[in-house]
Amino acid sequence: MKTSQKFFLLFGLVFAFLVVFSILVYFRILDRYFSRLLLWGAIQSIIAISLNLITGFTGQLSLGQAGFVGLGAYTTAILTTQGWPFLFALLPSLAIAGLAGFLVGWPSLRLRGDYLAIMTLGFGEIIRSLIINLPDLTGGASGFKDIPGFHPDGDLNRLFLFLGIFISFFLVLFLVVNLIRSSYGRAIISVREDEIAARSMGVDIQLVKIGAFTLSALIAGWGGALQAPFLNYLAPSSYDFLKSVDFVVIIVLGGMGSITGTILAAFGLTYLQEWLRFLGDYRMVIYPLLMILMMLFRPQGLMGGREWTLETFIRKKISDSKVGNHG
Amino acid sequence: MDSLLKVEDVSIQFGGLKAVSDFSLDLRSRELVGLIGPNGAGKTTVFNILTGVYLPQTGTILYRDRYERLIHLEGLSPNKITQLGLARTFQNIRLFSNLTVLENVLVSHHFRIQYNWLEAVFRLPRFWQEETRIKEQSLELLEIFGMANLAHQRASQLPYGQQRKLEIVRALATQPRLLLLDEPAAGMNPQETRQLMELIQFIRERFHLTILLIEHDMSLVMGICERILVLDYGRILAEGRPEEVRTNPEVIRAYLGEVSGA
Repeated sequence: MKTSQKFFLLFGLVFAFLVVFSILVYFRILDRYFSRLLLWGAIQSIIAISLNLITGFTGQLSLGQAGFVGLGAYTTAILTTQGWPFLFALLPSLAIAGLAGFLVGWPSLRLRGDYLAIMTLGFGEIIRSLIINLPDLTGGASGFKDIPGFHPDGDLNRLFLFLGIFISFFLVLFLVVNLIRSSYGRAIISVREDEIAARSMGVDIQLVKIGAFTLSALIAGWGGALQAPFLNYLAPSSYDFLKSVDFVVIIVLGGMGSITGTILAAFGLTYLQEWLRFLGDYRMVIYPLLMILMMLFRPQGLMGGREWTLETFIRKKISDSKVGNHG
Repeated sequence: MDSLLKVEDVSIQFGGLKAVSDFSLDLRSRELVGLIGPNGAGKTTVFNILTGVYLPQTGTILYRDRYERLIHLEGLSPNKITQLGLARTFQNIRLFSNLTVLENVLVSHHFRIQYNWLEAVFRLPRFWQEETRIKEQSLELLEIFGMANLAHQRASQLPYGQQRKLEIVRALATQPRLLLLDEPAAGMNPQETRQLMELIQFIRERFHLTILLIEHDMSLVMGICERILVLDYGRILAEGRPEEVRTNPEVIRAYLGEVSGA
């Protein structure tokens, strides 16, 4: 299939998805609960993709991803409550998160493995303490209340939230997938595979690491910025170490270095948590159990490093139809 | 004759250990020089100094680049040195195992890629042109080594001999002028070693290369090197044409030990 054809097919599919679901969401054909979960899954996916970029593809374990998310969320919350439109608030949110990523990226040049992980963990905790200790700005430990949504009218707000979150989701996907499948992506992966060899092949690994950290933080901040109008209320506990670990769990389950795996796991775990509600507190046992089983039987994650692409489905379809013709 | 690389009195010390002391080397353009010595003599350390992995504590390394400029290599980062035209292979294979054979070679093109990351994200024409160009070039190079049919295999799935070859292909893809081969024949059987010798001769002619190689296999070293440097305890023990080095009593002593009472 030609590249241009593929592009139009994908674009058409995304457009159709947005139109169909806009209608389903706006006219409440999808129940409120289900559509909330769908949107939350998309936000989780965006953040998990950002973590996969730095940890799965670049090979730098980040345990402070929730810190970047928090920066994006609180910046947007502060600005939109002061009357800024969301799109204008989004830009500084991305800039602040990206800048934080850039700063965290610097020490990453000298730190490896566990040491880097501890450093990013420390960063995440700094952000959480800042949120708690700046009550005038952030509402402190009691949280940030009454963040405006996208529109005062409930139905329109739901529609705009859906569009805003899913357009962001597809944009992030477009950005990360195209970057990974280019020379820049190969350079990023070469740093994960073998830093010494990458350097000897002329790859500027410092630039790669700082660039990857910056972009990853920026995308995480984007996910955070979407949380503010979606939740209308932010709590500092949503940006602590345990939340960072949640995203690590998602990419480990989905497969390090697999975007499709990340998305599957992000939506899957979002729904799983809800389906298991009937178990009460016991559902907290299921989650780690799943993790243990996964490590025992499929340590490379759901997808390993592989991806589902359009071709995967089309080729399957063609071979199916060929079999059908012969039979 | 023009010298391509002039190393003078380079020394490096790790803790109390003098790994390399007063190492000097004058590599003329298009020369093929062997660096030999017993285990732990400091051969790989010399490579690591030349390629910027270690910073020498004393001494200078002068390199004449494509435009005839003289450049000090000490203190430059490894990627910068590769960009200037020095490429290397590794003694313990360091391929990008989870990438395909072709992708391994493509990584070497990254530092001179002609599109920026935004052009990549938006798939602008320059992206497609460049990707096509570097893929064709890489496949051509793989073809020369008889590996084009393996292009889409994962590097980790290749047999050992092919992995060694891919190390050389990947280094060549950076378009070097000076190629440093760190034990290219390690683990190869005599037949593979013979083929490798022919291959080294061939790429030297084809790509107008200057080659410095570390090797333990004496048939290879004596067979193709024009000049040999013998390193022992970080010092140059002897230097000269293969036949001179082979009969040098100091060298024999370093390799075989002293004959007592002789």
